[in-house]
Amino acid sequence: MIEPKGRGAAWTEERGTSDEGRRRLKSAPEASEKNTAYGPIKRKEDARFIRGKGQFVDDIQLPGMLHGAILRSPLAHARIVSIDTAAAQAHPRVRAVITGQTLEDFKLAWMPTLSRDVQAVLATDKVRFQGQEVAFVVAEDRYSARDALELIYVDYEPLPVVIDATKALDPGAPVIRDDLAGRQDNHIFDWEAGDKAGTDAVFAAADVVVTQDMLYPRSHPAPLETCGTVADMDTVSGKLTVWSTTQAPHAHRTLYALVAGLPEHKIRIISPDIGGGFGNKVPIYPGYLCAIVGSIMCGKPVKWVEDRSENLMSTTFARDYHMHGEIAATSDGRILGLRARVLADHGAFNGSAQPTKFPAGFFHMFTGSYDLRAAHCEVTGVYTNKAPGGVAYACSFRITEAVYLVERMVDLLACELGMDPAELRMKNLLRPEQFPYTGPTGWEYDSGDYPRALQVAMDIAGYPELRREQAEKRERGEYMGIGLSFFTEGVGAGPREHMDILGLGMADGADLRVFPTGTAVLGISCQTQGQGHETTFAQIVAQELGMSPDDVEVVHGDTDRTPFGLGTYGSRSTPVSGAAAAVVARKVRERARIVAAAMLEASPDDLEWADGRWQVRGDPEQARTIAEIAMAAHSALELPEGVDGHLDAETVYNPPNLTYPFGAYICVTDVDPGTGQVQVRRFIAVDDCGVQINPMIVEGQVHGGLADGVGMALMQVIAFDEDGNCLGGSFMDYLLPTSVECPSWELGATVTPSPHHPIGAKGIGEAATVGSPPAVVNSVIDALRPFGVRHADMPLTPANVWSAIQGRPVRGDLAIR
Amino acid sequence: MQITVNVNGTDYAREVEARLLLIHFLRDHLGLTGSHWGCDTSNCGACVVWLDDTPVKSCTVLAAMADGHRVLTVEGLERDGALDPIQQGFTECHGLQCGFCTPGMMLTSRWLLDHHPDPSPEQVREALSGQVCRCTGYENIVRSVLWAAKHP
Repeated sequence: MIEPKGRGAAWTEERGTSDEGRRRLKSAPEASEKNTAYGPIKRKEDARFIRGKGQFVDDIQLPGMLHGAILRSPLAHARIVSIDTAAAQAHPRVRAVITGQTLEDFKLAWMPTLSRDVQAVLATDKVRFQGQEVAFVVAEDRYSARDALELIYVDYEPLPVVIDATKALDPGAPVIRDDLAGRQDNHIFDWEAGDKAGTDAVFAAADVVVTQDMLYPRSHPAPLETCGTVADMDTVSGKLTVWSTTQAPHAHRTLYALVAGLPEHKIRIISPDIGGGFGNKVPIYPGYLCAIVGSIMCGKPVKWVEDRSENLMSTTFARDYHMHGEIAATSDGRILGLRARVLADHGAFNGSAQPTKFPAGFFHMFTGSYDLRAAHCEVTGVYTNKAPGGVAYACSFRITEAVYLVERMVDLLACELGMDPAELRMKNLLRPEQFPYTGPTGWEYDSGDYPRALQVAMDIAGYPELRREQAEKRERGEYMGIGLSFFTEGVGAGPREHMDILGLGMADGADLRVFPTGTAVLGISCQTQGQGHETTFAQIVAQELGMSPDDVEVVHGDTDRTPFGLGTYGSRSTPVSGAAAAVVARKVRERARIVAAAMLEASPDDLEWADGRWQVRGDPEQARTIAEIAMAAHSALELPEGVDGHLDAETVYNPPNLTYPFGAYICVTDVDPGTGQVQVRRFIAVDDCGVQINPMIVEGQVHGGLADGVGMALMQVIAFDEDGNCLGGSFMDYLLPTSVECPSWELGATVTPSPHHPIGAKGIGEAATVGSPPAVVNSVIDALRPFGVRHADMPLTPANVWSAIQGRPVRGDLAIR
Repeated sequence: MQITVNVNGTDYAREVEARLLLIHFLRDHLGLTGSHWGCDTSNCGACVVWLDDTPVKSCTVLAAMADGHRVLTVEGLERDGALDPIQQGFTECHGLQCGFCTPGMMLTSRWLLDHHPDPSPEQVREALSGQVCRCTGYENIVRSVLWAAKHP
């Protein structure tokens, strides 16, 4: 399946790499001149998936395995008066019924969340959102476990609900978290970033100030595989093995040790094939813990896999940010400052997953890609009677919300000034010579050539022609929109000194073993959910050691076989684990240099790494490949000082900074004013993720994110009614884009290497999900300009667009009228 | 109840509950885990298999309804050790990422190509519009099917 080496060498040229990019590539630290192992090679993973031989959690069958099912609350807020499990326990195929009371005996009724709050594993006092976990049944088969749920009788005393976050802090609002001592309201945190006084001054002196309220509504990642686990406690050895849908197996192991008091060396977490994550599989869910308790109680493996409604109603949501934006500029279109006030709906438990010191994630990267004088943002988090979570769905720790805010504000400003939105952006984008650039809220952007990326996108789109076509169509009463967005992300968390999750520093490990015959196994701490790590990480090592990617096996997703690290989310695999892979390969290479010197009877200092071999400087005939050196390192050859035998190495990569991918997107829509139907006709995406290891995989990552953006902009929303009923609890209600809603994506790329990353790469997993929603919304609003529409919130469903045309845009996340 | 279902050319006789879904029969009773369960509501198509000669969503078909019929799953696409062109197309064109929707996508695509050997991109999109992929944005799935059409 692997294409011949050398194929990748030409790809940067073909894909329009800028001269600047090439210059930087050459100056990047240790960036390789010849990318022989890089390039669009086919994926190693595919062989099993196309044959139906993948192994997902629900595919696992163990001898004697039992099945768990969760009873969930039908109410959004209610006191639990009593739970009667007698009938369920009498079911002939039921082995155990677990309630919050049972868990209290294990001190496991509550567990810590990733934001240092606590969350009920099984409710003891109250239920706080519809779908909350109340009881867990363990039975001999899947269907019996479900049957037994019907036999549990729970007496609820309904309580008033808080569903609209804007009313959560009203005096007299029902207090959701009365489990927390002294809690009198639904306030979670206030947080701010930037220079408030300086920003106020800039605004006071500005010619033009534009303001807008906007909602980034609650959404759900909805990976096609729901969450689940198989827990197997070996009662003799005391070893707990957990196969789980987790994006962070090592972090989960530590948390299980801390929460359940189990010895960490007796816990093995295996994350097998994962059917999509998108952030949904970062947290620990009550079902995982219940399956573990069930296995301990029954002495058998217990499988628990949630159904689709459970996934949509109870697992971590995304967004739900009520934002007020203000932008200040001169009358000729120089943007001066940005302000944002955010009300963040965190649901019933603060389960948001992000580095500890940033309760609003990286939202304060909201100055985007522009050269501003000052910026300030304030975020207030509140509890509501909705499912917990908050950072998920390829959001790069809330940069999705930030990019949406700034890109909508720039479009509103363009409208106010009567400027073309592309011209306004071009005028204010950071210039290449400003990098590294420290923004008004403290982020240090590593590298970028923003105007070029926007120009490439406009060239692919044929921007002036599109504007002409739009003008002609308007004359005819046809409504076509052209929307732009330009985004900068910061991805690849840590460094560990500044970023941790529950005290675990955000760094990632790698170990590399090179066998005597010259093939290698790389162990990494991140975990693929479809990103193709088994291929790209093999390419990284192969590139560093002059090997074929075929000869490098990548091991991941098994805590007993891989080094510790924080996992795959926030586009951090390539920026952190990818760097670790390159660094550990270079360590191997240095060990190999010493052995090669002994083999060639030369000094290590006289050797140079060239053409994928160690060779005597100036004498290419005198050279040894890694395979030859590996055999020698395992042989009876007398080894020089510094090498005890073999070439193996391990490392921990603590990133010095985030990497900052960026991109320019243009979306063309056609809107039917009679029905409000939006058709995305074209979508042009130019991404720059630095050096690309495998451009085929990069394109695939972008394609998927673009579909997400179209979905969020036009159809996806987790809405609630006034009683707190979740209205997005199935795929009949929570609409996802299919092949007919998505256009044929038009992609371009520029390459601006990260100067601090060992191979100059940046993350790409979330770029398109972050960058595309504002392009779609800007496009639809642009189409609706003749109707005087200035803004409408996502999702821009036909009903919502039609209402906006009538001058009555609605909130799509509430069925409260 | 007793049912006999021919799956990928082999007859399987099993005693099952009348309510058993075909997807669970395939996965839990026969160990054919290549077909996936995704949504319960016939929306996502991760569970698509052929019942006789028609793609069906096996999460909303009873195993009993397959009694006396033929079922084709992803495990039956490969013939005599050779990949079906549709399997090859998905690899050639990066038509899969996490691989969860892939079996269902391939089975619907195989049906499409059997009936429309030279489909347009629009016909491919229409054929797959009852199925969901969360990773690929569909573009490379369309390319994969078109690749298979050109390499029958």
